[in-house]
Amino acid sequence: MTAVGANAAELAALSETSSIRAGGQEVLHVTRERYLEVAGALRGAGFEMCADLCAVDYLRHPGRRLPEGVTPERFEIVVNLLSLEHHRRVRLRVQVPDADPVVPTLFNLYPGTENMEREAFDLYGVCFEGHPDHTRILMPEDWEGHPLRKDYSVGRVPVQFKQAPGPR
Amino acid sequence: MTGEELKAETSEGLQELQERDETDPVALAIEEGSLRLPEGPLLDPGDIDVEFGEDETMIINMGPQHPSTHGVLRIMMELEGETVLRSKPIIGYLHTGMEKTGEELTYVQGATNVTRMDYLSPLHNELVFSLATEALLGIEIPPRATWVRMLMTELNRISSHVLWMATNGMDLASTSMMIYGFRDREMILSFFEKATGLRMNHDYIRPGGVAADLPDGWEDDVMSIVETIPGRVDEYDEMLTGQPIFKHRTEGVGIISPELAIAMSATGPILRASGVAWDLRRAMPYLAYDEVDFDVIVGTVGDTFDRYAVRLNEIRESCKIVRQCVEKMPLGDYRAQDKKVTPPPRARIDESMEALIHHFKIFTRGFEVPPGEVYTAIESPRGELGCYLVSDGSNKPYRMHIRAPSFVNLQTLPPLLRGGLIADAVAVISSVDPVMGEVDR
Repeated sequence: MTAVGANAAELAALSETSSIRAGGQEVLHVTRERYLEVAGALRGAGFEMCADLCAVDYLRHPGRRLPEGVTPERFEIVVNLLSLEHHRRVRLRVQVPDADPVVPTLFNLYPGTENMEREAFDLYGVCFEGHPDHTRILMPEDWEGHPLRKDYSVGRVPVQFKQAPGPR
Repeated sequence: MTGEELKAETSEGLQELQERDETDPVALAIEEGSLRLPEGPLLDPGDIDVEFGEDETMIINMGPQHPSTHGVLRIMMELEGETVLRSKPIIGYLHTGMEKTGEELTYVQGATNVTRMDYLSPLHNELVFSLATEALLGIEIPPRATWVRMLMTELNRISSHVLWMATNGMDLASTSMMIYGFRDREMILSFFEKATGLRMNHDYIRPGGVAADLPDGWEDDVMSIVETIPGRVDEYDEMLTGQPIFKHRTEGVGIISPELAIAMSATGPILRASGVAWDLRRAMPYLAYDEVDFDVIVGTVGDTFDRYAVRLNEIRESCKIVRQCVEKMPLGDYRAQDKKVTPPPRARIDESMEALIHHFKIFTRGFEVPPGEVYTAIESPRGELGCYLVSDGSNKPYRMHIRAPSFVNLQTLPPLLRGGLIADAVAVISSVDPVMGEVDR
């Protein structure tokens, strides 16, 4: 691939599915196995900055629309790459199964993903293989569970009514 | 599963800075501020190798209650005398789970949640959330709403940068700058109070437009702001730029190269100060930024002084944009006339039962958003502020992720601090301008 910026066909050749334009935004679905390879190719094609990386837990929304050939899994890692030269963004979506929530780290390609991957690990429990500092970042290090997972309950403070029993 | 087992499974180790022999070599390189990029040699910004014995170094904490850390930022540093050898920011002290909260609130309520993230530029947070929601809904907002949004966010950028100059002045022992900065910010905040009802956390920019039209006589208020601020900025320029102490404390301190800034995903004034002309308002225009005339301010060296100069001049550019907004402000609706999203006008509620029900429905149940996912990004005073929104077709976001610029920019601290004195660290931390509400969310 040349450095003049990948065109749609070249992008499509990289992913499992054709490149989809969702509301004018380019989305690539890649498998875990080809994730690093595709990210490396995109970096070579001029996407020099990783703007954002986050995880999504699709536990309560299994019937989402995905292109053919993509098996929905519980977790998804969403990576937004940015080309400063061509003023262009591309989004990678990687399916990560619940049973084995591990993806390779992008740290060696994009050192800026260090904090973002730690955040995704902390809040969703998706592990990044090869990350140099694989620790929690927002929660305390002895915290149990991963709070942004959909099966992690939202804490509630009970409303105190006049008739309610006092604190025990 | 017992608590201990779960802890062993979920915890992956200690967050704090560890002794050298207990740290992973790659992590050590990050803490020392040198990184090997995929192509090219080891980037070593400090290029200072201090000879030190194993027992001569000392690990100290700076924060979370240090006044110069702008909130509850904690930085652990290994020092050799007064020289910083390596450092690591430790965050999370202000984590309140706002992304989780966002999944429990409807799209109507969502803006009240995100506005509390970056509390120095609340309108930018509301804007990015509203733009993402509107992209999923597929609605167009009227031109007046677009221009009101631009006017308000640019005023917000001025107030944020002015406050940055105030706190930066305080960190560098220029307390008069602190008083002046807060004085100028207050002028803008009182206009915000007049327009939105609140000084901060406005919930003014909402999906579908803005909450209310600008108040009567807004042109005079705004013009008096943009006529006062540039003159005062010139004064501050003279007071700080022309001051030898300030220059000595900032020039050549905390240098970051453009390659390293891009690799570490740094955006905003940090990236621009290193010489990369990247401003989303210019590069990927949103709202009507392609219709206004302004300059993208770029530095050359990438040191603390450049970051100061970039912000100082961005205040002037924002004043230019605000003037153009006042000139070009179109008439018309200030919110989209889409019955699904927009509540009926207040006057209708008194006379129409249906309008009352409609109003009640929008503010209790909210509106449904078609399934899909979208990423929108705007240029906040601190860099690229992004919002990744996933909808499952209900009235609440399925996932709301905010790409907080301060959170990402904090990663540049170890290379910036390396090899400097501990007094320089105060200047460097200030120049990165982290807002902890946004870092921890």
